[in-house]
Amino acid sequence: MNDLTPDREDRVAKLKGLGCSRKRVEDARFTQGKGNYVDDIKLPGMLHGDFVRSPYAHARVVSIDASAALALDGVVAVLTAKDLEPLGLHWMPTLAGDKQMVLADGKVLFQGQEVAYVVARDRYVAADAVELVEVEYEELEVIVDPFKALQSDVVLREDIAGETSGAHGERRHPNHIFLWEEGDKSATEQVIDSADVVAEEMIYYHRTHPCPLETCGCVASMDKVNGKLTLYGTFQAPHVVRTVASLLSGIEEHNIRVVSPDIGGGFGNKVGVYPGYVCSIVASIVTGKPVKWVEDRMENLMATAFARDYWMKGRISATKDGKITALEAKVTADHGAFDACADPTKFPAGFFHICTGSYDIPVAYVGVDGVYTNKAPGGVAYRCSFRVTEAAYFIERMIELLAIELGMDAAELRRINFIREDQFPYQSALGWEYDSGDYHTAWDKALAAVDYDGLRAEQATRLEAFKRGETRKLMGIGLSFFTEIVGAGPVKNCDILGMGMFDSCEIRIHPTGSAIARLGTISQGQGHATTFAQILASEIGIPADSITIEEGDTDTAPYGLGTYGSRSTPVAGAATALAGRKIRAKAQMIAAYLLEVHDNDVEFDVDRFVVKGAPERFKTMAEIAYAAYNQAIPGVEPGLEAVSYYDPPNMTYPFGAYICVMDVDVDTGEVHIRQVYALDDCGTRINPMVIEGQVHGGLTEAYAIAMAQEIAYDDMGNCKTATLMDFFWPTAWETPHYTTDHTETPSPHHPIGAKGVGESPNVGGVPAFSNAVHDALRPLGLRQLHMPHDHWRIWKAANDLGLHG
Amino acid sequence: MIPAAFEYHRPGDLPSALALLREHGDDARVIAGGHSLIPMMKLRMAEVPHLIDLQAIKALRGITIDGTRVTLGAMVTQHEVIDSDALMSLAPILGEAALQIADPQVRYMGTIGGNVANGDPGNDMPGLMQCLDATFHLEGPEGTRSVLARAFYDSAYMTARSDDEILTAISFEAPKGGFAYEKQKRKIGDYATAAAAVMLTREGDTCAAASIAMTNLSDVPVWSAAAGAALVGTDVGAEAVSAAVDAALADIDPTEDNRGPVAFKRHVAAIIIARAITRAWGRA
Amino acid sequence: MSKKMQITLTVNGEAHDILAEPRELLIYVLRERLNITGPHVGCETSHCGACTVTLNGKSVKSCTMFAAQADGAEITTIEGLGSPDSRHALQEAFKEHHGLQCGFCTPGMITRAAKLLEENPNPTEEDVRFGMAGNLCRCTGYQNIVKSVLAAASDINTAKEAAQ
Repeated sequence: MNDLTPDREDRVAKLKGLGCSRKRVEDARFTQGKGNYVDDIKLPGMLHGDFVRSPYAHARVVSIDASAALALDGVVAVLTAKDLEPLGLHWMPTLAGDKQMVLADGKVLFQGQEVAYVVARDRYVAADAVELVEVEYEELEVIVDPFKALQSDVVLREDIAGETSGAHGERRHPNHIFLWEEGDKSATEQVIDSADVVAEEMIYYHRTHPCPLETCGCVASMDKVNGKLTLYGTFQAPHVVRTVASLLSGIEEHNIRVVSPDIGGGFGNKVGVYPGYVCSIVASIVTGKPVKWVEDRMENLMATAFARDYWMKGRISATKDGKITALEAKVTADHGAFDACADPTKFPAGFFHICTGSYDIPVAYVGVDGVYTNKAPGGVAYRCSFRVTEAAYFIERMIELLAIELGMDAAELRRINFIREDQFPYQSALGWEYDSGDYHTAWDKALAAVDYDGLRAEQATRLEAFKRGETRKLMGIGLSFFTEIVGAGPVKNCDILGMGMFDSCEIRIHPTGSAIARLGTISQGQGHATTFAQILASEIGIPADSITIEEGDTDTAPYGLGTYGSRSTPVAGAATALAGRKIRAKAQMIAAYLLEVHDNDVEFDVDRFVVKGAPERFKTMAEIAYAAYNQAIPGVEPGLEAVSYYDPPNMTYPFGAYICVMDVDVDTGEVHIRQVYALDDCGTRINPMVIEGQVHGGLTEAYAIAMAQEIAYDDMGNCKTATLMDFFWPTAWETPHYTTDHTETPSPHHPIGAKGVGESPNVGGVPAFSNAVHDALRPLGLRQLHMPHDHWRIWKAANDLGLHG
Repeated sequence: MIPAAFEYHRPGDLPSALALLREHGDDARVIAGGHSLIPMMKLRMAEVPHLIDLQAIKALRGITIDGTRVTLGAMVTQHEVIDSDALMSLAPILGEAALQIADPQVRYMGTIGGNVANGDPGNDMPGLMQCLDATFHLEGPEGTRSVLARAFYDSAYMTARSDDEILTAISFEAPKGGFAYEKQKRKIGDYATAAAAVMLTREGDTCAAASIAMTNLSDVPVWSAAAGAALVGTDVGAEAVSAAVDAALADIDPTEDNRGPVAFKRHVAAIIIARAITRAWGRA
Repeated sequence: MSKKMQITLTVNGEAHDILAEPRELLIYVLRERLNITGPHVGCETSHCGACTVTLNGKSVKSCTMFAAQADGAEITTIEGLGSPDSRHALQEAFKEHHGLQCGFCTPGMITRAAKLLEENPNPTEEDVRFGMAGNLCRCTGYQNIVKSVLAAASDINTAKEAAQ
């Protein structure tokens, strides 16, 4: 080593590796208007598709007359189910083992359902043609209530009416999809029925929608000369789309290239396969021209995947001193017209059975009934792992209700029931193995940070003032402690359409010491190009600034299952680290050769291999990379590349403590959010800046969902919330300010100890906001108020409690 | 969301605009800022074969202040209202209301004339203009005429303006005393769940005059004479406010929508009106 | 289809003569006819502001304006703010303070913020939240957007002072 050698600290800093708040490499293009989203793609001769959609929620399609539309100048084709039937494409399989109409086949089952697909020269002509397609409907009785669906004689799905079993077992009614159970039912009932204290309540998590700012869309381009289909689109799982496209179309998979360009937010909305994609592919095959389809906002809210809509009947029991003894959840899940959930195949209710939460509950049972109704299909994981936000909301409400029954402070009730640090890895009653956690430390830190005791004292003072008529505003303290389950998942039990839920990374080191890495995931704003380069920088000693990350092109990227369910860091991040380690292993051999020592006599040091005990003798990774390409090294292949497919041994279990303090105006139903504190433990922190950004964003979606955001229908199945006037999306003005905090408990089984964070704030945030509303009205008798807590529903709760005189 | 085809006209003066309206009859609509009409056209809920853009007509622009008389050209935007120091000092209630309309971008485009002429019960300016006892100036084939804001609205989207007329200006006496425009909404960009405009003058400890109007609580804006009368001669104490609120509630007829059921709206209206009265009194 | 009309737009300093149907929305003309794809379509009902451009000195939602209405206008889009060699202070600040994630709202957000800072060079946090309320973001929760705009304001003011 000489004077010119930077010291170790400088070399580490130069890498911009793990743990540093590296600025995002994506931002240069996004801030200058140079993003490349699907609607920015223009191909020569490109045509445009648009849908004729059903105005009715349930109706028979008597006839479709497209003659006037076809006569319009610029209209190329109008596709109906009849046109798709010979190709076997009028229906398509869903990710949940059901099938879904691509275009209305005899009847429509929800408002906004795709009935015919118009292909035209441009969007304006297509829109005109949509108006000219005449469809005659015969209205049928509409069912929007899942409980009524199970009692009704009206059969929604005539195509499977006679089938008494489906993809997930027995169907006990024509409108029933499945019953999925986990845990010990009779033992749970026994404990609860004989318990000292029991809280019982129906908890509804309303229907909402991921509603990314960019809607769903695609461009299908069939090159008939070469027999190749290229499909650009807003796909959170491009490789799966390729496989599905191949299975559906019969085009061999090597002749299909799927590209996810920049994606303007996904949040689960862009996981599934939609009729628009299928119709665009067919239209391109038929016309021989590229066909673009981009849905508008109303179509997005009315027809592409919704989230939640879980009616959760819960019972939780405890001893007199507050030790929880059992938990039971009986769920009625409204799946809409088709079961198009995007869950791992074997989990029709996702990972809802994480609903024992952060608590050591000895016995539990979960039963979920899936039900068809006349609503849009979906049930996707909207900024959460599969049904985990429903589970977290359920248990965090049940805990609050149990606290009421016990007359105990809800923070204390949580504390005495947390899984202890020494219990990890922890086997839950519903079959999960929690990898690591230190809940008590996180909880104590959170309570201290907000001065919990001080807040309770202030709340009591306020309540007295309220009772004396001095104020009409009550104060609520919303507590939430959540455990997520992310990183799906182990191939042994997690697959989507048979594809194991591994993920992948392929790395090529260039001769001059820079690199490209490609992954099976796809960023929708999470900043993968920034953070995955950081993982790699720390693993292989090449600066993150010299590493290009590429995703989303199935012709170049290794197969992976995509980005949703906070799986990118836990799965693809692990693949990245392990592929990096393969690079390092080969680099070690090269370094040893160059330094003329045995392999075991060199060791990795930040950005180089040094001879053990002689740090002045080293080869940098740049030197090693060059040697890999220009020297014949005995016993070592030229080049420096690696690929890793990572099958996670377990999920990861991020956790956190969120506290929201709000004032609730009992007269107007308005709330003022005074404070939102969010402590996250996502294991090893790759980029604190990006983590904080994810937490802010997730909390805002949680705030929106808890307070006002919903997909609502009237009794006729008309969607009442199909534009951003009525679908609550808060502006900067309404959105609260957030304080973030963290603890760091690495995952023991993940190569770098990271757990994933993108979805935690939504999972933990919703109960924090909702519990704050409940907590404000609790002293006056409120037990349960279904979300969303918009002005009139809060007002109604107050009214029902007699607070309006 | 793509509108049907139409012919576009941009007349340079009012006579040309009126001639176009006459020529195309029911097939023509005038457009000012377009933030009510264009979304309706994109949803194909409004069919407009001939669109007459008023932006080039200078006579429809400008804020004129003549002593205490204020005249706003129909094409004055919400942003211009907020941006006018003279107006903000003479009639600050206008700015207070304008700032509660939509968002910055919409306020740059949205006009006072469009807001009052459209007849959408959700619009804020009609109620405010009734509170101010403003006069709307119309021009049509028969010449010009004036209609009081309080007599302009028949039902939702139906007004005293006939199809061949254009609303050219709004005028009112600069208000005296205290004022408040109070609005509850779900978020920025939303229409009112309930809104109230209140103006009061004070003589000593007594209310000398009062004007109260409400937005989005009926299919038209509602100016409640009885509510105002309930305050005049009182100390605007709790009892008087309560009487005014009761009187105002007797004059409204809200409907259920996504913002909530009727009972809720009536309750919120009571709160909003009381708050507006209290705030206006504090400024009187 | 109605007959097309000649429309003149000056976009980012460059004049364009365009033949378009009157009903074509300004956002459509910018994106499809002029290939200016920075402004995006988000909600189509003038709520989200992803399509925001500056038109004759005003922040305007280009999804709620017909190109015919814009005939003769001067327009600035995100592409006209700064250049790759000399980025606008807001473009720098959004990167520095993590004011964006998926990037879809960003062009409208920055274009709006530029106008806001022109009108109010020393905004408070409240001014920024209120002045940016016509632009929706689904990813960031706005906190870092607000931080970015405030930082850019300070950077612009510092640069101005230094220049004097």
